[in-house]
Formats: sequence, C-alpha cells, structure tokens
Amino acid sequence: MNKTMTKISVEDLKKRCKQVRRDIIDMTYAAASGHPGGSLSATEIVTALYFGLMNHDPKNPKWPDRDRLILSKGHASPLLYSVLAETGYFDRKLLPTFRKLGSPLQGHPDVRRLPGLEASTGSLGQGLSIGIGMALARRLDKKSFYTYVITSDGETNEGQTWEAAAMAAHHKVDHLIAFLDYNKYQLDDSTKVICDMEPMTDKWIAFGWHVQEIDGHNLDEVIKAVNKAKAVKDQPAMIVAHTVKGKGVSFMENNNHFHGVAPTKEEYEKAMKELA
Amino acid sequence: MEKKLGKATRDAYGLAIVEIGRKNPDVVVLDADLSKSTKSAGFQAAFPDRFFNVGIQEANMVGVASGLAAAGKIPFISSFATFLISKGYDQLRMAVAFPELNVKVVGSHGGISVGEDGASQMSIEDLALTTSLPNFVVMVPCDEFSTRALVMQAAEHKGPVFIRTCRPKAPIVHNEKSDFKIGKGVLLREGKDVTIVAAGLLVFEALQAAENLSKQGIQAGVIDMHTIKPLDRELLVREAKKTGHLVVAEEHQIWGGLGSAVATAVSQEAPCRMEFVAIQDTFAESGLPDELLVKYGLTAPNVEAAAKRVLQAPANAE
Repeated sequence: MNKTMTKISVEDLKKRCKQVRRDIIDMTYAAASGHPGGSLSATEIVTALYFGLMNHDPKNPKWPDRDRLILSKGHASPLLYSVLAETGYFDRKLLPTFRKLGSPLQGHPDVRRLPGLEASTGSLGQGLSIGIGMALARRLDKKSFYTYVITSDGETNEGQTWEAAAMAAHHKVDHLIAFLDYNKYQLDDSTKVICDMEPMTDKWIAFGWHVQEIDGHNLDEVIKAVNKAKAVKDQPAMIVAHTVKGKGVSFMENNNHFHGVAPTKEEYEKAMKELA
Repeated sequence: MEKKLGKATRDAYGLAIVEIGRKNPDVVVLDADLSKSTKSAGFQAAFPDRFFNVGIQEANMVGVASGLAAAGKIPFISSFATFLISKGYDQLRMAVAFPELNVKVVGSHGGISVGEDGASQMSIEDLALTTSLPNFVVMVPCDEFSTRALVMQAAEHKGPVFIRTCRPKAPIVHNEKSDFKIGKGVLLREGKDVTIVAAGLLVFEALQAAENLSKQGIQAGVIDMHTIKPLDRELLVREAKKTGHLVVAEEHQIWGGLGSAVATAVSQEAPCRMEFVAIQDTFAESGLPDELLVKYGLTAPNVEAAAKRVLQAPANAE
C-alpha cells in the first residue's frame, strides 16, 4: 500500500522531476548558496521513490511501518525538501526559507526541525550505517518496511562507508536499498582526479552486496531496479546509478562550479527558461 | 577506611545490561570485537538475537546504533572508551547528540589503570570529548553498586548517555542501599575546611585522603560526582560556600574533565581556591595499574597533598 499515490505513470514522474528541478534552482537562488549540482543529479531517484515506490504517509510522518529514506549526501537537501513539500509533508511556502535563520529547512537536513526527515546528515559517509540500524530494527520487530539510503561517489572515499558495507553484508541485512548517485564529481574536481574509486561496481560486489548498475536519469530503470532490490533476501542491495551532475540545466551539466555555488541572476533566469 | 575490592565497573556493567535486557525487549547491545573485555559478552550469551558484533569498526557501530534508536530500540554500545569515543566522535556528534537519540555509549578501560597495555589503550580524553556534546549525559561510576544503579537509570533516561567503566577491580565505596540519581552527586563525608570532588577510581582515594587529613585536624568533605554532565551545581555551590576550598580528583587529562566542569560551575556562583589532581597534559605508559597511579600522581597521598596546598594558598585579593 502506498499511501501517497497508488499508481503514477512515468510521464507524470517526468513532470514532477521538472518541478523539483525548478524548486532546486529557486531555493538555491533565493538562498544565494547551496548545492544545485548534486541535487539535480539525484532528482529522478528521489522523486521516483517518494512519488511512486515508497510506502509512506505524509500526514503521519512517524508511522512505524513507513519506508524510510536517509539522504546520506545531505548537501542535496534542496532536492529532498522539494520532494517532501510536493508529497505533502509541509507547505511549499516554506521552500523559499531554505537556509534562512529560523527556517526548518536547514542547509543540511536536521531531523528535529522538519517532518519527513529520517536522519540528520551533512557529515559524509554516515547514512549507510544509520540505514543498517533501521533495517536491523525492522528485522527484530518482524516488520516489512524498507530503508533507502541515497549515497554518493564522493562518500565512497570515506572509511565509514566501507565499514558499513562489510558489516551489512556479514549480518545479511536485507530490506536495505542504497542508491549511489554516481555523478563522477566531488567538490574539488572529478572523482577521477581526486580519488578514483573505480571499479566502483566491483567493489560493492566484492563486499557482498547485491549490485545493479543503471542510468539514474531513466525512470523506468530506477523503478525496475528498486522492485528487483526489494526482492533481495539476506543481502543488502546497492543500485549504482550513473548520473550527470547538474542534470537538466545545460550549463550546469558536468560543470563542477555548481557543486556548491548558487546561480547568479542571469544564470537563474536562463535555468528557469530551460526548465519551463 | 578499609580497602575492599569489589567487581570491576566493567563487570558490573555486563551484569546490569543482562538484567535490563530481561526487563526490556527493546534493549539491544552492540560491540566492536571487544565484548570479552567490555563485558557485553554476557548479554550475547543471554540474548543472542539482540546482540550485534559489528567487528572492529567503531564509527559504523555508532551509526548503526543511531538507526536502531531512531527505529525505537535502546542500543547499548561498547568498546574501549578511547576507541569508541575518538574513532566514533563525528558519528556521536552527528548521529547521536545532534538528533538527540536514545543511544547508551559505554566505554570500558577508562583512565590509566588499564595498566600493562599502555598509552594507546588508555582513555584519558573521553570526558572532555563527550561533555562537549550537547544533549549527552556523562557519567563515571566508582564501584559496582553505583555502576549497576547508573546503568539501570541510563536505560530509563531518554537521550544519549556516555558511561565510562574501568578495567581493574574497584574498591567498594557504596552499598546496595546507596541512593543514586543521574546528575546528583553523593556527599560521602561532611567537611568543614575543604571539599574533595572526585569521580571513578579517585573517589576511594579521596576518602582515604580525607581520613588521613582528619587525623591532622583538617575536616575534608568528599563528593562522589559520578555525573560530570549535567553537573550537580547545587551541591557544588553549597559545599564551595561552606568550605571555601575545593580539590577535584579524576583519572583524566587536566583539561576538559571533571576539574574543568567544576571550575566553570563554581567560578560563577561561589568562586574559591581550587586544586586539581589529574593527568598533567601527558600520555601514560605500560606498568602495573598501582605503579601507574603512583607515577602519575593519582593516589590518596596526592589528594591529601592537594588539599593541604589549597588550604595554604593565600586567599584571593578581594
């Protein structure tokens, strides 16, 4: 049972993604800061999860049987805030308060301030571990919910990611589905230049995970991969999603300047025209 | 006061969590491949389904505990205090303290009384690190009775707790009937001239020092300040006003531990002369626990000398 939307077509999801991208540009422009690049790259993944795949109830954010999503790459907060607002966790009117004093929409997610958040993130590499804890609690309580973790290529530089990778496989943690938003960039430069983690997929296979590799902007592939991952037993599931940093805004695509820089007025207008 | 050794506080912890586990099915225990030393292994034997050995990975263990707590469990996580706090610090900050989750962090092998294993295994910075984290309760019980009581209360307390346990058998200070409450110091001995505020192993040393001082006509009070945070300001201020002289004794670096906490508290409401018995900004080494405590100045004679120093010191110019 999906309490938000029972059926949603890929065409509808595409429209949602466009709205989410507009929100990301709007929010970072209004805040004059934030991280558009890595928010745009994970847009299809997070939108498909909340609008079509996850079992959740925006009117009852603490529902014990809900599916959980941890945004381990917490700097992609504009993406998550947009999706949570669109699905009805809070009023869209809050979106322009992003990063402003007193706003529940903190620069990086703060679980105490906003309904719908499952973890406070922003220190990279922590989300998988938290997800394992939730998945273990599910197993102990014999519940059926899934825990999703959105992690990134940059986060695989962190040692904790691999502690979690080893431990989850050893303890046969299932109902844990991670997405690796593989947009090939981190803050300072491309992953190739800074700390190349290739062969990425082989690493996760070697650590004992059920691994799929998809185009992270192809909604059909995202949906298919999640449905396959949900059926995996006694093993954590990793979906390595190849994505484009800044996806959807021509001059932001593969342009790492927009990792953590908001658009200027001219850039903003150009971006919104493209996303109209 | 006669020295009667009881259980090590780590042993008392191991027994207490089994007791708690029997009462509360939501209690789970995690360890990072040191369960035989931290004594969480007893819980594994009693409740194998609720015990997770994560391997030698403290950072991940803290994160997993965060997720378990977010989903309604009460995780007790153990390792040597120095590894758990230092290697898991970012996770304790971001995934436990910040979201204020119900995780109980129990670090064993606190202080230099670890002994032969040497400096790398000794936790003498843990109180500075954990008291810096908002929302954390920080405790150092001194014997088996206070450990049992405080671990039980930690399970009932909603929110993050750090408890330091120690390796050697601990001298008995309290008894089954002693009254403990998180955040409330225990005044073990009334004093007139000076008050000794101690935690952990130093509580017994403080009592011995007070006994020797009384033979020399100095009436020293002794407080078992088992909770470093939140600190019992009321008791401290009352004692500081009464005796006007404080000695703080702990098995921790001089910076950032109980001494710093007490100084901050009394400087605002009852400034008075203070002396500190602690590790003097150095690392320790291998040796027998008793030899190390003597070498690094953490015994009853050191506390006694500190009390005399604080009494001889000229009063602050008004």
